[in-house]
Amino acid sequence: MTTRIPARFAACAAANRPALVTFVMAGDPDLATAQAILAALPAAGADIIELGMPFSDPMADGPGIQLAGQRALAAGQTLKKTLAMVAEFRKGDDATPIVLMGYYNPIYIFGVEAFIAAARQAGVDGLIVVDLPPEEDEELCIPALAAGLNFIRLTTPTTDDRRLPAVLKNTSGFVYYVSMTGITGATIKSHAAVGEAVKRIKSHTDLPVAVGFGIKTAEDAALIGRDADGVVVGTALCNALGDSLVDGKPTPGTVSAVTGLVASSPRGSGGQRPELRGASLPLAGGLSHRALSARGHRCHMRWANPAARP
Amino acid sequence: MTATGANSLRNGPDDHGRFGLYGGRFVAETLMPLILDLEAAYRKAQVDPEFQAELRDLGEHYTGRPSPLYFAERLTRHLGGAKVYFKREELNHTGSHKLNNCVGQILLAQRMGKTRIIAETGAGQHGVATATVCARFGLPCTVFMGATDVKRQWPNVLRMKMLGAEVRPVTAGAGTLKDAMNEALRDWVTNVETTYYLIGTAAGPHPYPEMVRNFQSVIGEEIKLQHQQAEGRLPDAVVACVGGGSNAIGAFHAFLDDPSVKLYGAEAGGHGIEVENGHAASMTGGRPGVLHGNRTYLLQDADGQILEGHSISAGLDYPGVGPEHSFLHDTRRVTYVPITDNEALEAFQLCTRLEGIIPALESAHAIAEVLKLAPTMGKDETIVLCLSGRGDKDVESVGRYLGLIE
Repeated sequence: MTTRIPARFAACAAANRPALVTFVMAGDPDLATAQAILAALPAAGADIIELGMPFSDPMADGPGIQLAGQRALAAGQTLKKTLAMVAEFRKGDDATPIVLMGYYNPIYIFGVEAFIAAARQAGVDGLIVVDLPPEEDEELCIPALAAGLNFIRLTTPTTDDRRLPAVLKNTSGFVYYVSMTGITGATIKSHAAVGEAVKRIKSHTDLPVAVGFGIKTAEDAALIGRDADGVVVGTALCNALGDSLVDGKPTPGTVSAVTGLVASSPRGSGGQRPELRGASLPLAGGLSHRALSARGHRCHMRWANPAARP
Repeated sequence: MTATGANSLRNGPDDHGRFGLYGGRFVAETLMPLILDLEAAYRKAQVDPEFQAELRDLGEHYTGRPSPLYFAERLTRHLGGAKVYFKREELNHTGSHKLNNCVGQILLAQRMGKTRIIAETGAGQHGVATATVCARFGLPCTVFMGATDVKRQWPNVLRMKMLGAEVRPVTAGAGTLKDAMNEALRDWVTNVETTYYLIGTAAGPHPYPEMVRNFQSVIGEEIKLQHQQAEGRLPDAVVACVGGGSNAIGAFHAFLDDPSVKLYGAEAGGHGIEVENGHAASMTGGRPGVLHGNRTYLLQDADGQILEGHSISAGLDYPGVGPEHSFLHDTRRVTYVPITDNEALEAFQLCTRLEGIIPALESAHAIAEVLKLAPTMGKDETIVLCLSGRGDKDVESVGRYLGLIE
């Protein structure tokens, strides 16, 4: 069994550019708007979608994603509805990988076996569960792998070479490198250190490595994307969504506030690895012509930023 | 630690940090290496005579151990049943049992070369105890405290500040202990290289529940010895309040393999166990889930979202409980009972008037259980109540409830 994830990373690699991984919170600010955002993400340039499962106590998240989760929960989001969102998305898109990201308790309460079956059924490709380290693999990781889902593990600056093999052992799909010791939305202190870490992880595994936590600007994404196979943008999208609301309610600009930001990030803007700027447009697999042409326009504008050059 | 048999209830946790189904290490990867380091450092300290000597010395000369076992004569007469003894943990330096654990953990933090201490606090008792050991050992200290608790436990906030700690009010959620713990965990993830998280209760990821229990077990060990001296035998019942449950597990642990000793944990029944989200009795009114690094009984909704809960007592106002209590609840070794806000208030006043001891509102929950229990027992039987903290911090909020203050 293989998921949509390896194919998508292979396509991005063939195009010589990092995959753009976008995080949005399921049910934020309400179910209908979140569904519309989800549907619009691939065309805006998202290669892989991380869909947040809101939780009341997101210990690893900064204010941006905390607020997104609170909005979703206040609007009545549940894990069942999140799975239904994926099923609905799949009616129109059978190529873009979807990874559910969140915390263990809602899954545990849903029931691990029932959750895995429902996730497979809905068209989920992988799981990221923040509070399940390798020490707790029996809980969800091993049954999920057995059912053909990818289990994407977080590695962090504190995961040293001694520990790394244990962390990578049951990881599949890709490795998610957390760019700093901190919560989502904090600031990356050293891009060079992130690059070194990515190289170190790649010396231990053939899996693609995506970097997340703290990627806020096109410059961040460009610098990180030189070494990483993927860059994750999350807090910035949640903040853009939050800023588009009036009295907590969505406005006509809410969907485009998110998709516009996705489209303006390096991947969305047709971004290749900076050293390939000026070469022919990448032909990523599974993407529509509409998406490609939309990206083509913005390509040089963004990458002309000197800070993003090698 | 005492050697125990194969069927002992005192063997937990196992190598994976589990007490049966409960416990574990449900934390983000960033923290995992540190938690493993902590466990290694703790294992070393456990068998290091120098560490143990230092712990004993500070216990005796700084904390003021052993704390007395006091025969509450007037309360006993008033209730007309079992003889009631108070284990006077409120007489410890800083006014609660919390210092027992803080002294142990600060020694460990020092050994690990950590240069900054963080802690969460509900009632402020653990915050004060942490700020105290940080002052004593010259380490900077940041205490996370829910904004609601900052208001209702103001005297403790002042004490922490005077001791040199930074108190960070947390406005997320209901602004109580759960939210403070989330924020402390976020700080820890961010500053993991330099920072030691001094958890105040017997909960969190392994090895905290075991470690905190062991530092608090001195309570039960002393009770055993002192009761032997006073009565020539084991007590018939031991009663303690349970929020996260550190004073309770400390009082119970020495007696887990003594089936003649009945153990009672008083949970926060708030407005009543039947009131939705109106109590903080996680074992009576919750079910198993995963939060803050461990699996344990939690107050949660059908979708696994954690509820805020409610208690008049900031120290019990937490939707979870230490994992060993969950295990002892399932095995029925300990009987956990909910005590309402009003029952605790009545017990607070009765204890104050009859014994001249103002108990913490947390401890008043345990006293309320004693009020129910003692009259049903014979005059030849004994109950030991763990009086975990003194009530100076609560006089203002109780005064307001009683209409003594505008």
